[in-house]
Amino acid sequence: MTPAASQFKKNAIALTADLRHRALIRTALKKYEVVRDDKVSRFQNWQSARQSAAEIKWDAVNHLDAHLIEFARNLEARGTQVHWASNAAQAREIIIGIIQERKAHSIIKSKVMTGEEIHLNEALEKAGFDVVESDLGEYIVQLRHEPPYHFVFPAMHLTRGEISDLFSKELGTASTDSPEELTMIARRVLRDKYIAADIGISGANFGIAETGMISITENEGNARLTCALPKVHIALMGIEKVLPKLEDLALFLPMLATAGAGQVMTGYNTLYGGPRQPGEADGPEAFHVVLLDNNRTQLLADPEQRDALHCIRCGACLNVCPIYKNIGGHAYGATYQGPIGAVITPHLRGLQQWKHLSFASSLCGACTQTCPVKINLHHHLLQSRRNAIAQKPVWWEKPLFQGLAFLFNHAGLFSLGMKLGRIGQVFYPLVKGTRLDPASAWTKSRELPKIAPQTFREWWQTRK
Amino acid sequence: MKITLFIPCFIDACFPKAGVSAVEILERLGHTIDYPKELTCCGQPAFNSGYWEESRTTAIKVLERLKATEVVVIVSGSCGAMIKNFYPELFAGTEHEEAARTLSAKVYEFSDFLVTKLGVTDLGAQFPHKVTFHDGCHGLRELGIKQQPRKLLSHVRGLELVEMGEVESCCGFGGTFSAKFPMISTAMGENKCGSALETGAEYIVSNDSSCLMHIQGLLDREGKPLRTIHLAEVLNHR
Repeated sequence: MTPAASQFKKNAIALTADLRHRALIRTALKKYEVVRDDKVSRFQNWQSARQSAAEIKWDAVNHLDAHLIEFARNLEARGTQVHWASNAAQAREIIIGIIQERKAHSIIKSKVMTGEEIHLNEALEKAGFDVVESDLGEYIVQLRHEPPYHFVFPAMHLTRGEISDLFSKELGTASTDSPEELTMIARRVLRDKYIAADIGISGANFGIAETGMISITENEGNARLTCALPKVHIALMGIEKVLPKLEDLALFLPMLATAGAGQVMTGYNTLYGGPRQPGEADGPEAFHVVLLDNNRTQLLADPEQRDALHCIRCGACLNVCPIYKNIGGHAYGATYQGPIGAVITPHLRGLQQWKHLSFASSLCGACTQTCPVKINLHHHLLQSRRNAIAQKPVWWEKPLFQGLAFLFNHAGLFSLGMKLGRIGQVFYPLVKGTRLDPASAWTKSRELPKIAPQTFREWWQTRK
Repeated sequence: MKITLFIPCFIDACFPKAGVSAVEILERLGHTIDYPKELTCCGQPAFNSGYWEESRTTAIKVLERLKATEVVVIVSGSCGAMIKNFYPELFAGTEHEEAARTLSAKVYEFSDFLVTKLGVTDLGAQFPHKVTFHDGCHGLRELGIKQQPRKLLSHVRGLELVEMGEVESCCGFGGTFSAKFPMISTAMGENKCGSALETGAEYIVSNDSSCLMHIQGLLDREGKPLRTIHLAEVLNHR
């Protein structure tokens, strides 16, 4: 087992045994489902909206080369500097390079999942810069020195009490049970940081090829401050985030809000089209867009799973996933949790190292059913399983399935097996629960079914 | 109509009553049953585990034996989905692709067959109990079966159906998943059993014995009085 796989198993054992944690996540996500259903019902036809979104994304991804060039050209036309990063190291180098060139020191960040993907904060801190997260959830997990628990709701695993305790400990504030007060505490601390920051780093929810703009969706206004107050704005964006036309946002903005958080529209949706233009009173002096590949083009090269690049990171698949609901976001050990993470992480970080995530699914398909851009998520998990096994079969599984195939193809032998099994199950209690129990993975928590006194085929024989 | 009945391996071995009930119901409706006893398994365990080659070894036999049939009925949403939806994917690009597509078109899950193909909803059954219905994920999401079993249950005399909370949540079985990640599988099953117990039902009914096997295994371990029963058995209860 790879280190990532054994860590995942360990985490899953600990977290499924934590009933408080399970109840917390389940309750939170039940509330999400109620508000989401309400907002979905406000669409004239949610299913046809999904279809349109999938088609727009299909075009965007299948003509990514052309859209990206158009996007970059239009950005550059208004003075934005566009950088192309093949991998995480290059992206970090580009960003650190920009900061060093400005002789800057303090950095404010709004939510950047690509930043998590390339471990940007660690790199920035190592290079000697001050980095502060401005999204409330991100700020909270930063204070706790832990990664986001959910790529949309980074601190959803924490209660008000825990957040209050954290603020008391880290910021010296009085404890409170009021979410508004907690927000105000963070806001007071962060306002000074915006003003002091030399550099603002953001992500991008969408990149509009037609107009050369990035679109950022947020609820707190922190991204607007991050992108507008510092002298330099750097946006780190995955190359798959490009949409062909501005009008596509008319569908994608409400869809992201609905699927992501059960909102009609997210609080703030802003388009950023360049640095301060001549004659303009505000905005950053320089605007850099760093386009990140980091193995996305490898996923693009896989026609079977390419549609995973349709993802708009709404997190809906996490919210309905029974695995996620029982183990939570930290168990995965990956930047992108839940079903979409299980699909893309093996492509981004290596199939053999991350294949366990595709096996850690009951294939219930709730993710595929909910995905607003119709990614065939649970089928992709099956395909990844096939690809992983084709590359490297498990030494004992291969002969087992070969043997089973032989058994299944010889009904007489299958019948004999059932007869022997019936005898075997008489003696099974002798080993049940011991180290010799061949079914221990099952019987640790469940009773085994019994082979019936008369199987169906035996019954069929008797009635003739 | 000559109906070919595919009996999945675990129903054959552990839950034969579901198969027997299906035979008796369909025969009472005046149909002839063909049971291909040389078939045992659809190949799903290997398929779901990534061993598609080994899965094809089993599935080719199914394709060949079911070639000359009129209609195929499967008493399981999961194995039904395997043959109907996943065979075409399993055999894509092989010489059997066409055969897989042809078979796919004539495969029905049992409750879907009764309601959609035969147009039957009242089987004259009687089952004076309070029950809750569990939707197997493959039946629900791969085959789109939601109303069919409920329509059938609504005509069972004496039966009271109480829907459980989070009714479309997976029971956590997932085939080999239940052995590879038993802790997650069990946690999911505990949630499912909890939702079912909250309804105060005496039985959990489903059109999928594999889910019921998992749920019953958990209930037995916990010593809970709630019982599981296949839809076909309820519909055959008079």
